[in-house]
This record gives sequence, structure tokens and C-alpha cells, in this order.
Amino acid sequence: MADRERRMTPPYGGVFFARTTVLDAAQVQRALTRISHEIIERNQGLEEVVLVALQTGGVEIARLISRLLFEIDGIDVPVGTLDVALYRDDIGLRPVMPEAATEIPVDLSGKIVVLVDDVLFTGRTIRAALDALTDFGRPRSVQLAVVIDRGHRELPIRPDFVGKNLPTRRDEVVDVNPEGVLLGEMRK
Amino acid sequence: MSKHLINLEDLEREGIQELLHLADRFVEVTQRPIPKVPALRGRTIAMLFFEDSTRTRMSFDLAAKRLSADVLEFPTHTSSLSKGESIQDTVETIHSLGVDALIIRHNLNGLPQEIADGVGEAPSVINAGDGSNSHPTQGLLDAYTLCEHFHGSAGPQASLSGIHIGIIGDVKHSRVARSDVYAYNALGATVTVVAPKSLQPSDLTDWPVKISEDLDAVLPTLDVVGLLRIQNERMEEALVHSIDEYVESYGMTEARAAVLRDEVVITHPGPVNRGVELAETVLENRKNVLIKQQVKNGVPVRMAVLFRLLGSGVEID
Repeated sequence: MADRERRMTPPYGGVFFARTTVLDAAQVQRALTRISHEIIERNQGLEEVVLVALQTGGVEIARLISRLLFEIDGIDVPVGTLDVALYRDDIGLRPVMPEAATEIPVDLSGKIVVLVDDVLFTGRTIRAALDALTDFGRPRSVQLAVVIDRGHRELPIRPDFVGKNLPTRRDEVVDVNPEGVLLGEMRK
Repeated sequence: MSKHLINLEDLEREGIQELLHLADRFVEVTQRPIPKVPALRGRTIAMLFFEDSTRTRMSFDLAAKRLSADVLEFPTHTSSLSKGESIQDTVETIHSLGVDALIIRHNLNGLPQEIADGVGEAPSVINAGDGSNSHPTQGLLDAYTLCEHFHGSAGPQASLSGIHIGIIGDVKHSRVARSDVYAYNALGATVTVVAPKSLQPSDLTDWPVKISEDLDAVLPTLDVVGLLRIQNERMEEALVHSIDEYVESYGMTEARAAVLRDEVVITHPGPVNRGVELAETVLENRKNVLIKQQVKNGVPVRMAVLFRLLGSGVEID
């Protein structure tokens, strides 16, 4: 998880060292349950909702949310995945490789797309994702769900559903997985 | 892998596997409702084709456009080259225009290497076929097509191990044969070259292949029948006595195709001489003829090459 962020945080090729546990497994579960309820409430059901997970950090989270949505509302929402490497605005500036599958199972035209990612940071990944989505149709609306909003936005992008707002330093790394959220840094 | 792609030999197994896996991603892109990504926006790619080419040129052109790069066609027939300007000077000029990559096809063996040595780091030089030396993107797309056929996709560890591939025909003059043999062998396939003595290259014994002059003896053991184009000028050079004689010994005739197991596939880099390397009826009716798939895969494979050289920002060694 958070592979992308790890790869893109200097020193490149370093190893993640955790300093603090921000959320434990039960707290992650509760946050995702709340987000699921909020998604249903905001959209008055799940009729037109499609989850689109950002590769790679959002995939596991989206799977968990889709399971929770099914438990709450009995509806199996389609789940897609999106690798935005080819849409990034920093291609050529740092290592960018498309290495995970993009799979959009339905035509997104007219749908409510909920983008799912583990961490919202500069907003550049989401900017790229918004561009990528337009190549798969014209959604009625696009919403954003993240487990952690760590600040430092560089673009006018905000999440619709947030697990936890976490103030961080720029050089820190947030690691999200279903067993918990860790805050730490990369070391060589 | 450097900033250039001249010969597959420079890539080795890992470099080939990496490009083929990257091609998996671009296959998905080419299947989208809008099969175009902005990855190389603002990059300019010049195409210098000093030799006729339809599919390679169109394939590179489309690959560049699907990555949003700008493509500059260099008119080799009407340019100052015909006024006597040297190719090196032309390359200098194109470089000054701010081009990021040169895609070169030429009938001189080693010319792309020479140009790459001359330009240093930029622009990237991509060999689209030089003489009888090398055609690296054809080797990659042929390997990709076989990986896709046998395994569904290339995957991170593309492999052709356990597969017996025959390369049949004018190996001596074929840059495709050299690049195919290198790619297939690097991915673990067993390769047998089948050609009359007159169409075997003099250094063939140094190649990592088995050698035969008897197609009918080899045919039953093959999983892949890789046909090469026989060029008319070879007849003129008297390397082959007559088309009829060639077809009788080395053509994929209806009778030979009948011997093949159903799952054996036929490849050909195109354009096909119907009725020479490959009988019309076999081309039209046999199920496992992968020629169209080879052409189709040329685009994502070349997208992978262009993105790897121009876009990924990854330091390559």
C-alpha cells in the first residue's frame, strides 16, 4: 500500500520507517463504515454509484468500501481501477511508470463516480485521475473518498469523504492499510 | 537501456521483459473508448524513413500520436539530402529544431548506431530497421504477439520457454530474423532457422539457434512457424533458382499446413507474397495465423518503447 507515495518521496528507493500509529485496525474499519454511510446518504442510495480505485493505494480500500456498501444497502456497486501514471503532470520530472492495471467495468457516462484513494496529499494524482476519467465517458458527478487527508494541497481539490484529517510535514510518509494507518518517513 | 533503442542485444532479457510488460499497459490504453493519453504531450518525434515502409512507419506514427507527441515527417526524397547534405548534417539540423527523438530506417547496416554515437544523450535514436542488421521493435512486437497468444499477456516475467519456433526463409538478408531470434532466445524459446544454404548468413553458426535446410523434417516439431518475406531481388541475384522451386522446398503450402497441428501458429512480418512464403488459402482460412495480431500489437509495443525512452523519467542503465 501507498507504494506510489513511497516511490515518490525522497530519498528514492528508501525504506519506510513508521514512527506513530495514527489509526488502528478498528478505527480504520469504523472510518470506512462511516464513509460508506456518507456515500449512501449523499447520493440517496447507490443506484448510479461506481467506485473507481486509484492504483495502487486505493484498490484495497475500495474493495472494503464496496463490501460495506453491500452489507448496509444490499447493492453490489461496480468497482473499477485507474492507473493515472500516463496523465501525470510530472512525467519526465521523476520516475513515472504505469505499472498497474486500469479496468473500468462500465461506461461512466451519467454515473456518479466515487474516486477512492488511501491518502490525499498535493492533489496532483486526483487532477490526473479527473483527466483520465473523461476518456471513459462523462460522469454525472465525481466525488472523492480518502482514508487520510494530510494537507499540503497544490491544486484546488478537496475530498468529499474523509476518514481522518492528519496534519503532516511534507517529508513524512503516511502508510495506509486495513490493519492501520502509520506515520513515518523514508530512510536510505 | 540507454536513451536509444538500436539493437535488442543492448537490452538483454530483463530489458525486453520490462518493455513487453509495459506494452501490456498500452494494449489496455488502445482498447479504451478514447485510445489516447497525454503522456508525451509537448514531445516531438521526427521520422526519417530512407527506405519504403508502410506498416512500421504508420505504426510508429500512431504510437506517437496515441501518446500525444507531435510527429515530424522528414521528407527524405525532397529534402536537402537530395542536394547532397550528409545524413549527419541533417540530424544536426533536426536536433536544432528541438526534436526529442529520431526514428530512423535506412538500408545501411549500423547507420542508427552511428547516429546515436554522434548525438550522445539527446535526441533519442530509435532504429526502425537498418539494412539486414536489426529491427528491434519488430522483434519486440513478434515476441509480444507470441506471449499474448500463449499466455494471454506478457506479464512482468514474459517467457516463451518450452516453445519451439521455426524461422523460415531468407534469413541472410533479414533484419527481422536477427531481432526475432534474439528476442525469442532471450525469453527462453528454442529457435530453429530453416533456409537453403544460399539464404543462410555466414555467421549463422554463432547464432543461438539450430540450423536446418529441411523444412518438412522440422515442421512437425514446431509450435510457431515464423515465415519471412522473400524479396524479388534475391531471385535476380540467383540465390534462389525459381519461385516454384522455393515454394516447393520452403513455402507454407496447403499441403504443409495440413501437416500442422491446429494449435501451431503462423507469423509473418508482412507484407506477404501470397503464394510464395504463404499460400493464399492458408492465409485466408487457417485459424492460427497471427499476422493481423502482429500489426495490431505494433502500436502498443512502440508506445512502450517511446514512453520508456522519452517519458518515464526513470534512469536507465
